[in-house]
Amino acid sequence: MEPLTWTGSLGQFLNPVLMITATALVLTAAAQIIAGLFAPAVTLQSNADGSLMARGGAFGAVETALKWAFIATVVTLTAYLAAGLVMPYGRAGIVGAVAKRFLPVFIALIALFAVSMTFKRRLGLYGKLFDSTVGMIGFTLVMFWVFSAIFSGLFDMIATHDPLRPISGLKNKLPGVSVPEEGLYPHYLLGGDNLARDVFSRMVTGSVVVIAIAPLATLFAFMVGITLGLPAGYFGGKLDAFLTFIANLILAFPVILLFYLLVTPEIVATGIPSYMAAVLFVFPLVFTAVLLNSRYATQPAKRTVILVVVLGFFGWLYLSLISQEDTPLRILPAWLDGFDVNSGILVVFVSVVFVNAPTVFRIVRGLSMDIKTRDYVAAAQTRGEGPWYIMLWEILPNARGPLIVDFCLRIGYTTILLGTLGFFGLGLPPESPDWGSTINEGRKLLLIYIHPPLPPALALLTLVLGLNLLADGLREESLRD
Amino acid sequence: MTETYTGPILEIDNLSISFFTRLREIPAVMDFSATIMPGDSLGLVGESGCGKSTVALGVMQDLGVNGRIVGGSIRFKGEELTTMSPDRLRALRGREIAMIYQEPMASLNPAMTVGAQLIEVPMIHEGISKGDAYARALETVADVKLPDPKRILKAYPHQLSGGQQQRIVIAMALMSKPSLLILDEPTTALDVTVEAAVVQLVRDLGRKYGTSMLFISHNLGLVLDTCDRINVMYSGEAVERGSIADVFDDMQHPYTQALFRAIPLPGASKTTRPLKAIPGNFPLPDARPKGCNFGPRCDYFEAGRCDAGPIPMQRITGDDRHLTRCIKFNAIDWNAPVTKAIETAPTAPGKVILRMEDLKKYYDTRGNTAFGGVSQVVKANESLTFDAREAETLAIVGESGCGKSTFAKVLMGLETATSGNITLDEKSISDVPIENRTTQTVADIQMVFQNPFDTLNPSMTVGRQIIRALEVFRIGKSDGERRRRMLDLLDLVKLPRTFADRMPRQLSGGQKQRVGIARAFAGDARIVVADEPVSALDVSVQAAVADLLMDIQARQNTTLLFISHDLSIVRYLADRVLVMYLGHVVELGTTEQVFSPPYHPYTEALLSAVPIADTRVTKRRIVLKGEIPSAMNPPPGCPFQTRCPRKHQVAGDLCERELPPMRTLSDGLQIKCHLPDEEFAAMEPVIQMAGNSVA
Amino acid sequence: MVRLILRSIMGLFLTALCLTFLVFWLTNLAPNLEKLAKTQGNARMTDAAVESWLANRGYDQALPVKYGEWLGVVPGYVIDGSDGTTRARCVEAGAPVNNPPRFCGVLQGDWGYSTVLRDDVLTIIGTRLGLTAKLMACVMAIMIPGALIMGVLAGMREGSRLDRSLSTVSIITTATPEYVSGVVLIAVFATGTFGMNWFKGTATSAMEDANFQNFFLPVMTIALYGMGYIARMTRASMTEVMTAQYIRTARLKGVSFSNIVLKHALRNALIAPFTVIMLQFPWLLNGVVIVETLFNYKGFGWTLVQAASNNDIELLLGVSIVSVIVVLVTQLLSDIGYAVLNPRIRLS
Repeated sequence: MEPLTWTGSLGQFLNPVLMITATALVLTAAAQIIAGLFAPAVTLQSNADGSLMARGGAFGAVETALKWAFIATVVTLTAYLAAGLVMPYGRAGIVGAVAKRFLPVFIALIALFAVSMTFKRRLGLYGKLFDSTVGMIGFTLVMFWVFSAIFSGLFDMIATHDPLRPISGLKNKLPGVSVPEEGLYPHYLLGGDNLARDVFSRMVTGSVVVIAIAPLATLFAFMVGITLGLPAGYFGGKLDAFLTFIANLILAFPVILLFYLLVTPEIVATGIPSYMAAVLFVFPLVFTAVLLNSRYATQPAKRTVILVVVLGFFGWLYLSLISQEDTPLRILPAWLDGFDVNSGILVVFVSVVFVNAPTVFRIVRGLSMDIKTRDYVAAAQTRGEGPWYIMLWEILPNARGPLIVDFCLRIGYTTILLGTLGFFGLGLPPESPDWGSTINEGRKLLLIYIHPPLPPALALLTLVLGLNLLADGLREESLRD
Repeated sequence: MTETYTGPILEIDNLSISFFTRLREIPAVMDFSATIMPGDSLGLVGESGCGKSTVALGVMQDLGVNGRIVGGSIRFKGEELTTMSPDRLRALRGREIAMIYQEPMASLNPAMTVGAQLIEVPMIHEGISKGDAYARALETVADVKLPDPKRILKAYPHQLSGGQQQRIVIAMALMSKPSLLILDEPTTALDVTVEAAVVQLVRDLGRKYGTSMLFISHNLGLVLDTCDRINVMYSGEAVERGSIADVFDDMQHPYTQALFRAIPLPGASKTTRPLKAIPGNFPLPDARPKGCNFGPRCDYFEAGRCDAGPIPMQRITGDDRHLTRCIKFNAIDWNAPVTKAIETAPTAPGKVILRMEDLKKYYDTRGNTAFGGVSQVVKANESLTFDAREAETLAIVGESGCGKSTFAKVLMGLETATSGNITLDEKSISDVPIENRTTQTVADIQMVFQNPFDTLNPSMTVGRQIIRALEVFRIGKSDGERRRRMLDLLDLVKLPRTFADRMPRQLSGGQKQRVGIARAFAGDARIVVADEPVSALDVSVQAAVADLLMDIQARQNTTLLFISHDLSIVRYLADRVLVMYLGHVVELGTTEQVFSPPYHPYTEALLSAVPIADTRVTKRRIVLKGEIPSAMNPPPGCPFQTRCPRKHQVAGDLCERELPPMRTLSDGLQIKCHLPDEEFAAMEPVIQMAGNSVA
Repeated sequence: MVRLILRSIMGLFLTALCLTFLVFWLTNLAPNLEKLAKTQGNARMTDAAVESWLANRGYDQALPVKYGEWLGVVPGYVIDGSDGTTRARCVEAGAPVNNPPRFCGVLQGDWGYSTVLRDDVLTIIGTRLGLTAKLMACVMAIMIPGALIMGVLAGMREGSRLDRSLSTVSIITTATPEYVSGVVLIAVFATGTFGMNWFKGTATSAMEDANFQNFFLPVMTIALYGMGYIARMTRASMTEVMTAQYIRTARLKGVSFSNIVLKHALRNALIAPFTVIMLQFPWLLNGVVIVETLFNYKGFGWTLVQAASNNDIELLLGVSIVSVIVVLVTQLLSDIGYAVLNPRIRLS
């Protein structure tokens, strides 16, 4: 097979078009920022029918130009992808081939948007997200990687090669190189890394690690933060002082040092991460128990049934999670132990939760202190509600806006942390395709071959950017109520 | 003023202002006209959301990014403001037109000293030196009657009390001696006695400097006290305008009439002359009815005529400065007597069910003792003694910091008393915190809260919140039974049953307050503590909610403890009144007794401070000096001695040395005061109504 | 005010004690010590040999005692070893033990000896910290003014095009961790791929002689990430202040827009970002470690990585104390600065 060029036959006419539109975009954007510094404050001009009039003058012209340049650039970029989808393999170059690999993701995205847009008025805050451009862009980026992770992790669809298997002769080869072995996908779309593995496949499978760990770890951090932050803010006093001191202690610890101290094979051997896991993971259990108990305490019969069923299941999950074969914590017998988590992953998970929880704690504590002064909390107190009912059913639901926003931001932050761990080669197995490790491997030869570390770097960038934009959109929309 | 301009200071002609959202235009003010002559003051009255503040911002040309004047003109001294250049506008602001707002704390820059904020004004506009400006600032601060101007100028806003801050805001507005002063609810955030002092100050200074005023308020009584002319607004439109006398005594618009009938004026009483609430709700700005905006709530509504098309302002024949926006004004008999509501027989109070004996509540606010912090004691309640009988309404009156909320907390069991005793049905509950009280006791004493926007959990449906109360009080055996009971409760508070599945944000303030009442009565409460239940509501809704409370109380023989600072509403619905000051009960008696002499000097001042929207009423003006002392550091002797205008009538320094005993005067009125009997006997009524005294 | 500072300092000491103890405990866990014995002694030692090796050097004492010795509040050990040699904590290995000083710990300035870099820990930290200080000074000089200007410009007119452009820039930089932006910057500006081979991809030479060419990329890599974050905080704070009632008061007093921004809004708007900048320090340390590793700049962060990955216990402890103290001191400064900026706290 011939090696692929970047854009194949498309490039002949699309490349010049892209050059023109992109240049126009950069120029108008710059002109617009400069004009923005000198333009007068925005005043609205309305038409007779009540709609708003566009602004005229030089400033208005720059604005219009920017808008069109942006649209033209987006259209050109879409054309590359769309053409890649319809043209036969190889004709549209690497870009076309990559677009084709991501076809299932695009289909899923379009389906998701179609459904969400149709029912957006009935979907609460999620539906309102589709009113905000920023939010939609963020959501698209996030869901792109979520779907990529799902399709490649569960259905083995997008990746072209085995991310762990080297193919001789392809070490550090440039993007588009053809694969000598028969029966495999004919090209390394984004080239080979310094162990002759496929960069594209490693990038795609790397998303699975991030998408599997980051949201879950953030969720656990929230459970811990909420379970401790609510009482700290609600009761105040000594409990608050104590918990705040602990939280500040952890926050004052340089993250990187903590990782270096916690995520080493020696520490794993002492079992400390397992004990930490046992402590940290008990919080969701406690949280659920208290949540249900406070809600149904007035109907004891119902409460007991619910608690037994739910806690039974959660307790089993918990015990399966923390009991490991080769650690001091071997509580469950093997036949009951539902699953095992790789000890490297577990320690990464634990330390990420540990680092995030204090910040969540502080946010929840602040919100709790604020909301407890509300009259509806006083109303609950005067009808004799217990403190946990008030915290979990009166305060927590009303703190959800800022918490959801922070949740999105924090997934991004966790993604960055996971990357940092990978970057220093901590925790995850060295051949793991996660983005941080891949960047770390690629950076060593960065000055000679830039193609191995760039794809995972950009992937991580787009995911975190998407999460930040999503959080921005959510914040904007939740404030609009 | 050196200019020799003699025309009107401000002329507003057919002003329309709209706000623009992404989707549509929302008109905020429509077809508004007004004129202010030099030295005149115009009152702009209306309920929240009627557009009165938008008019003020329109005059200041400060409508924000989304607001725009879409029609009409505003001329200031003949000069058109709507087309004025930004530079010329900036020169006018602060120099010629100044504005004072509702929240004094928020309108002062927290990071600048008071002095820096004051001297800035003449330095910008008159180009005078810093020294001259400082001298002017000292003078103006003295003018607004603040003690020790030098110290005040050096202070930061947070070091001043609310009343002092508002005086600084006033001083700032007067620094360049403007021709027009716009006051947007300047006293709403202040206590009644402080409000009275500020209002008097504004009136005096306006006269002294010859400043014209645009006074915006929801309080008709305040407008009566301060203005010459009045403009009543409803839902974005002026509905009636004219002189104070015209509008108060010869109203020509159904809304104005309804407004006056909904406020508790002296003479109104829950049994003999009940208030008449305005039915329905204020229309939302994007859902106004066709034709007359007030049409759907109007008693005189005539389909086909009132909802035919826009209604212009109509001149009242024979009075060219009195206008109304009602096409039927000539056809309405304005003097027809109010259709009498069914007179309810007063319910006789039953046996005593709640008794307070010498209740004390102190808080220990501990500084950091490790670093030599001094432990301070806040005496929130000092020896409260009173009882409440079944089916009676006992009003607890006082300003902020008087300890009424602490008392409520102790009664509810959220705090335990420091000493003293509370007995409910002969059982002591003062030392029983709420978690140790029986379900029955908890259900017996319930509370209605002040802020309607805060009283309901925003993320739970209305029905769910009431059902939760039923669950906690162990009422109903099944979910179905409780749901039926919840629907009954909605009926009780006159809300449609469909509201059960709504979220609180879909309800108006008055409706939320009704849900709060339903929730309080869920467990058939026998004692309901209502903490300012109507003070945050609009005038037209207040009456309806107050009447609802009275109605349920009468039906269920509930004891109502009505906490309020508003003496008008207290006079209207209370059977007995208890006046508190700085943690002490200073006066306790029947409503009749408390509102007529002899008074405690504090009650007397309070009565004088309450603005009354009735031109027939004349008041003795008693303006209290100073501020309410802090409960952390109460004065020795009588708590009121620092501000008492009658202190000189007591011989020696008795007031400063000794706490007065609770004295029982004739027919059971209790007063905590050192005044000799003859001074009590010589007291005049504070309020006189056209010859005969009402109070 | 004074009480506030006193209280903060008390808290600082307590926190520092807790944290150093934590680090001490983690580094002195059995597996770490075993590894130490094997790297220092003999990789094929028997378990018994490891034990006696550790016992001879005082490693088997109770943890609080060891911590106290290290801190310098408990007298250093003098052990007659099972191998016949007498060793004392306060005497250099191999030197004869007679009349050793009683205390020798961190408080006495004896921070130990690095097994990897083969030098006194205190000396190493001194030089490395100096190098990092140089880097950080440049970062701060670019990051703080840049971020504040961006934030104020964006926040003074919320929703304007300028605001949206600057917000987009800052949100992108906050989404780009140093190891991503560093890689991208090197790929773009330090290789010929995009025709812009302007800077050097390593900063090793900048340790002696920092110039634009070898220092710009590492500085920008750290600055960009923090810049976006601080700019966003500043913007949020600025937009909030600009909608405050007292800004309207100023506007309606006739104050010009530029004076509103500079005299009335700025000070209030900078209170919140100030704390953020100070609290950025623990996070900046992350950036320093990443960037120094990526650009091979042998500063404090690089030392941390060396110490941690080579189980160099005493160096790691030294590095930990310094970083914990840096973090805590900035927190203290942030508290004090907040109070100074905010009259509400200062005068209460």
